[in-house]
Amino acid sequence: MTTVALKPATMAQALGRALRDAMAEDPAVHVMGEDVGTLGGVFRVTDGLAKEFGEDRCTDTPLAEAGILGTAVGMAMYGLRPVVEMQFDAFAYPAFEQLISHVARMRNRTRGAMPLPITIRVPYGGGIGGVEHHSDSSEAYYMATPGLHVVTPATVADAYGLLRASIASDDPVVFLEPKRLYWSKDSWNPDEPSVVEPIGRAVVRRPGRSATLITYGPSVPVCLEAAEAARAEGWDLEVVDLRSLVPFDDETVAASVRRTGRAVVVHESGGFGGPGGEIAARVTERCFHHLEAPVLRVAGFDIPYPPPMLERHHLPGVDRILDAVGRLQWEAES
Amino acid sequence: MTVMEQRGAYRPTPPPAWQPRTDPAPLLPDALPYRVLGTEAAAQADPDLLRRLYAELVRGRRYNTQATALTKQGRLAVYPSSTGQEACEVAAALVLEEQDWLFPSYRDTLAAVARGLDPVEALTLLRGDWHTGYDPREHRIAPLSTPLATQLPHAVGLAHAARLKGDDVVALALVGDGGTSEGDFHEALNFAAVWQAPVVFLVQNNGFAISVPLAKQTAAPSLAHKAVGYGMPGRLVDGNDAVAVHQVLGEAIAHARAGGGPTLVEAVTYRIDAHTNADDATRYRGDAEVETWRAHDPIVLLERELNDRGLLDDEGVREVREDAETMAADLRERMNQDPVLDPMDLFAHVYAQPTPQLLEQEAQLRAELDAEADGPHHHGPEGVGR
Repeated sequence: MTTVALKPATMAQALGRALRDAMAEDPAVHVMGEDVGTLGGVFRVTDGLAKEFGEDRCTDTPLAEAGILGTAVGMAMYGLRPVVEMQFDAFAYPAFEQLISHVARMRNRTRGAMPLPITIRVPYGGGIGGVEHHSDSSEAYYMATPGLHVVTPATVADAYGLLRASIASDDPVVFLEPKRLYWSKDSWNPDEPSVVEPIGRAVVRRPGRSATLITYGPSVPVCLEAAEAARAEGWDLEVVDLRSLVPFDDETVAASVRRTGRAVVVHESGGFGGPGGEIAARVTERCFHHLEAPVLRVAGFDIPYPPPMLERHHLPGVDRILDAVGRLQWEAES
Repeated sequence: MTVMEQRGAYRPTPPPAWQPRTDPAPLLPDALPYRVLGTEAAAQADPDLLRRLYAELVRGRRYNTQATALTKQGRLAVYPSSTGQEACEVAAALVLEEQDWLFPSYRDTLAAVARGLDPVEALTLLRGDWHTGYDPREHRIAPLSTPLATQLPHAVGLAHAARLKGDDVVALALVGDGGTSEGDFHEALNFAAVWQAPVVFLVQNNGFAISVPLAKQTAAPSLAHKAVGYGMPGRLVDGNDAVAVHQVLGEAIAHARAGGGPTLVEAVTYRIDAHTNADDATRYRGDAEVETWRAHDPIVLLERELNDRGLLDDEGVREVREDAETMAADLRERMNQDPVLDPMDLFAHVYAQPTPQLLEQEAQLRAELDAEADGPHHHGPEGVGR
């Protein structure tokens, strides 16, 4: 038996590798965005692509997000497969009209004649000490737009696998990259990378029997940490990493909650009108008779994203998660 | 003495690394809109082109009146007429080669029809049985764009992609005067110039954005002048002179095809009808102004030239009108048939593979339709709460 050489890699490196492999495999794949060429992107995800594939394949565009996505629409209409980088979550907002009015609708508008295989990479979320407009969790806006897929990795391997699957998808995918996990390392064999397909399957990151933490992206490691800490309190928590917000994996989520009988949804995005409300409703609709307590949410506060020196109070942390777990009506058990 | 006052003699040392860029002078549009009809240049115009433009203008006018009539009969949800603007619509269609792409706005169904699209397919959006009634790739006509100017970056991206592939394709993007105020107009022109994409932008300046006149839309010397800021040529043309529009667009397209990059063309024209059948133009403009433009009608201008040169006789006029009537009668007849609708289509094209959530909703609608077919029914389990 041969031993596979597992090397530590960062999520940013895995994302870059996914772009490179996709570009090498399919000449229709074009990377475009602000600073993605010579600089290699502000997070260095596109490092080396312009050099390897030329500036026509990895293009530094003018600084205009609607223009970047709008021209990507035209390129996709002509048969290319653009991968667009939005430099930061909050800098993607100028592209919303193109995203909502065209990218999300083109397949439907043309009765399937003209799908748009565009991947829109968006670094998102907080926890990196970013100043204003650099830490938004914008997933709820995207989730509310029919026609888009919305995915977000939490591990190095998923970063590669989900990005490959997103680029291969014939539908537009908003690919949310948890920027505080860009430098997270994991043992990963870059020579045997695997594509995560189909898009839309959640995964149980940690099996447990007491309650389910339903989470995604940057909150997955926090929930895993909380689950470890919960052992001291006598709770054995299951952690479900959604990986895909659209499509949503009702099956995996509901199966977990039916097993555990209790659930907490955890995300950085604000709670009011956020993904957690939708998830809690879906779980309740499917698992009502299995639930021992209402589904709770641990979310960011409903405030504009805080300045970096205060963000730790805003972000869901281990204690806030365990406090919520503690409110899951355990009295009946004793 | 201010800097402005001493400008003539003012010759500062430039900052480090500063270089003069493009010379703006050759990019500037003419002071007056370019005209062919009624000038000496008209004599050079190809008689076949004149006759073809005339036939299409008459046909286009009839298409506009027929579509407007269909709104009154409830057969179209809405129709934004291009009456008065037919010269732009027709020239835009005729100037393109087979492999070129047209990017129309919602007011440009006529350009699509003049390009050969079935009028019923062009009007699908406005009838309301679907959003786009044709396969854009088959006709190389992008979907009619309702959000203003958002189709312009698409045209740039498509032209850019074609050039990267080494294909001989030019994109012609249509927009109105109001659309030039949108951010997407700016971004599209900037990208086009930076990439030297083979794309031509045709602004039909018809005087109004619904009710708002051009004076409230821009303080630019002309819309064509905006080109200079992007480093592309701007051309100003009389938009009711079909021959002039055809010539100016033809030159811009040839320039783009030869690798010369984009051009912005402003065609000065007038929206004779209200914004749509739902609009009341008397609230914001007077009849006298409309009458001035009726005297400058694109069909009248071309007819005069054809008559002067003896290129059109009564028989020719009759033939052209008959052809237009045949088109209108066919359109009327087909639009008077109810479209066949399948509610399940609502779910069929949202994604390549419907999400589990959409499959559930599709099943729900199907059950509702089945129940509807069975007649009135109770909601909820039998005997509960009743």
